[in-house]
Amino acid sequence: MRNGLGSPCGRLLMSAPATSQARGGAAHGLCAFARLLPAALIAAAVLTSPVRGQDGGRSIAEGGSGGGAPACSSCHGQQGEGQPDSGFPRLSGLDRGYLTHQLDSFASGGRKNEIMGPIASALTPEERSAVAAFYAGLSAAGAQTKPSSQSVSAGGQLARLGEWSNGVPPCISCHGPTGAGVGGVFPALAGQNATYIANQLNAWRNGERANDPMGLMAAVAKRLTERQIEEVAAFFETLTPTRPGATP
Amino acid sequence: MSKAPFDPATQAAVVVFIGLAFLVGRTLPWSAPGEEPAAAARATAVEAKAPPQTPAAPQQAKTSQSPPAAPIAQPAAFTPQPETSIPDDDFGKAIRFGESIFQDTKTNAPGYVGNDLRCANCHLDRGRLPNSAPLWAAYVLYPAYRSKNEHVNTFAERLQGCFRFSMNGKAPPLGDPVLVALESYAYFLARGAPTGVKLAGQGYPALKKPESFDFGRGAEVYAQKCAICHGPEGQGQKSASATVFPPLWGPASYNWGAGMAVISNAAAFIKSNMPLGQGGSLSDQEAWDVAAFLDGHERPQDPRFAQTVEATRAKFHDTPMSAYGTTVNGVLLGASSPPSGPAPSR
Repeated sequence: MRNGLGSPCGRLLMSAPATSQARGGAAHGLCAFARLLPAALIAAAVLTSPVRGQDGGRSIAEGGSGGGAPACSSCHGQQGEGQPDSGFPRLSGLDRGYLTHQLDSFASGGRKNEIMGPIASALTPEERSAVAAFYAGLSAAGAQTKPSSQSVSAGGQLARLGEWSNGVPPCISCHGPTGAGVGGVFPALAGQNATYIANQLNAWRNGERANDPMGLMAAVAKRLTERQIEEVAAFFETLTPTRPGATP
Repeated sequence: MSKAPFDPATQAAVVVFIGLAFLVGRTLPWSAPGEEPAAAARATAVEAKAPPQTPAAPQQAKTSQSPPAAPIAQPAAFTPQPETSIPDDDFGKAIRFGESIFQDTKTNAPGYVGNDLRCANCHLDRGRLPNSAPLWAAYVLYPAYRSKNEHVNTFAERLQGCFRFSMNGKAPPLGDPVLVALESYAYFLARGAPTGVKLAGQGYPALKKPESFDFGRGAEVYAQKCAICHGPEGQGQKSASATVFPPLWGPASYNWGAGMAVISNAAAFIKSNMPLGQGGSLSDQEAWDVAAFLDGHERPQDPRFAQTVEATRAKFHDTPMSAYGTTVNGVLLGASSPPSGPAPSR
């Protein structure tokens, strides 16, 4: 991998907060490494990056920040396409307000993540806003999708119809009929990688992520089974990403 | 998918179910003293006044003083037919068409819809969810007298009212494929339910009227709990061109003649069903206040408009549950309403 993070390591890193209990001791050593990694990345960035906070989001995304945040592209890809195998999310084409809120949440701890917490904290609020604007402006085209399967079909049923007998509204009733997202609060899910979506739903279930307004997503996530989470994540990964907010 | 719509086993089950329901209806106090009759008008939440008579409340209940002959269980909640039992024939096609209209009304019933709402916005889970005015519970309460138009309405005529008022559109003529499909869908969902019985989960559970409800307090509730989806100006939100969160007032919402413009109906709906996924989380008072807030804004004119706002209020809105024709937050509601009905085609 060009960023030097092997896929299996990356997968564990991203899913560690949500699933470390289930994985037990096997993940322990890697998790310890995970805690050190952001510091190492930041140190490397400080050594190699000139100060370029004013250059806008692109320079941070591609080269890191003067405050020591590493290049976003090292994990999220050159085009912000993410890394499906590792669960690093696609950022390209997501809503600017949504991305800013996520970076702010990582910095404040409303969204706990061992990798992104230190990185977001190393960015100034202006830099977070700039880098969010940069990724919001990238085309979501070219995102990786996977062929459909049986679980995709079951996930599609949940996404379109919900499971009202268990208090679960359809995903599309907030994320839009094509999964393109709505405004700055309800993110696009279409074409996002399944590992990431599943990790987030699990993070809401166990409280690692609590930066959703009114606990809307947490309330729903807590009613989902692990299997439903996998299925619905698989479904959204297969959808073609579009740009909801883009005005022609 | 499935085979014959009524195989012998299903028929037997229906017969047994109806028999049990009859026994339950005989012995349980369906019409307790002081309880409002099964208001068919409220089945889809239309008006504060109950009709003078009711198809529900079996007369036997009033005379049934003796203990039941057989052990009687609590009436089980009715469960509508699963989608998998829609037959693969022409009737099944009508049912599916009805469901598609219900889910995406403007696309599938073009010309009859004048706003950005869908049937399923107020009848959640495609008309299946209890306490969200489910179709299966409404279907079995018609024909019924409605004080709203002072005559006996068939179910099809009731559906016409939805288009005229809630959808701010125009009523499809009787026999129109749109009405036939919606009635087929409702019939399908209600298959096996006892006719003329107010089923558990019917309508929106009425909320006890508070000492007062207040536009200003409602504005605070709205800002905290509703605006994130429905927008700070009640305008709703779209994803690309598709309306995701319905507009609650303004030109793209329901008109002044709709059931949801009656504050008690809106409060009942909100209490049971909003915010989505968190139904029951608002206090009764919050539900009343926020209902008064959203029904205290301008919306398309009442299509029954009678010359003046004052006369229209006197004729159709003479109740504390309607803010039409009153001045709220400095605005005489109804005086500058956008016109009712679909915009003329350009």
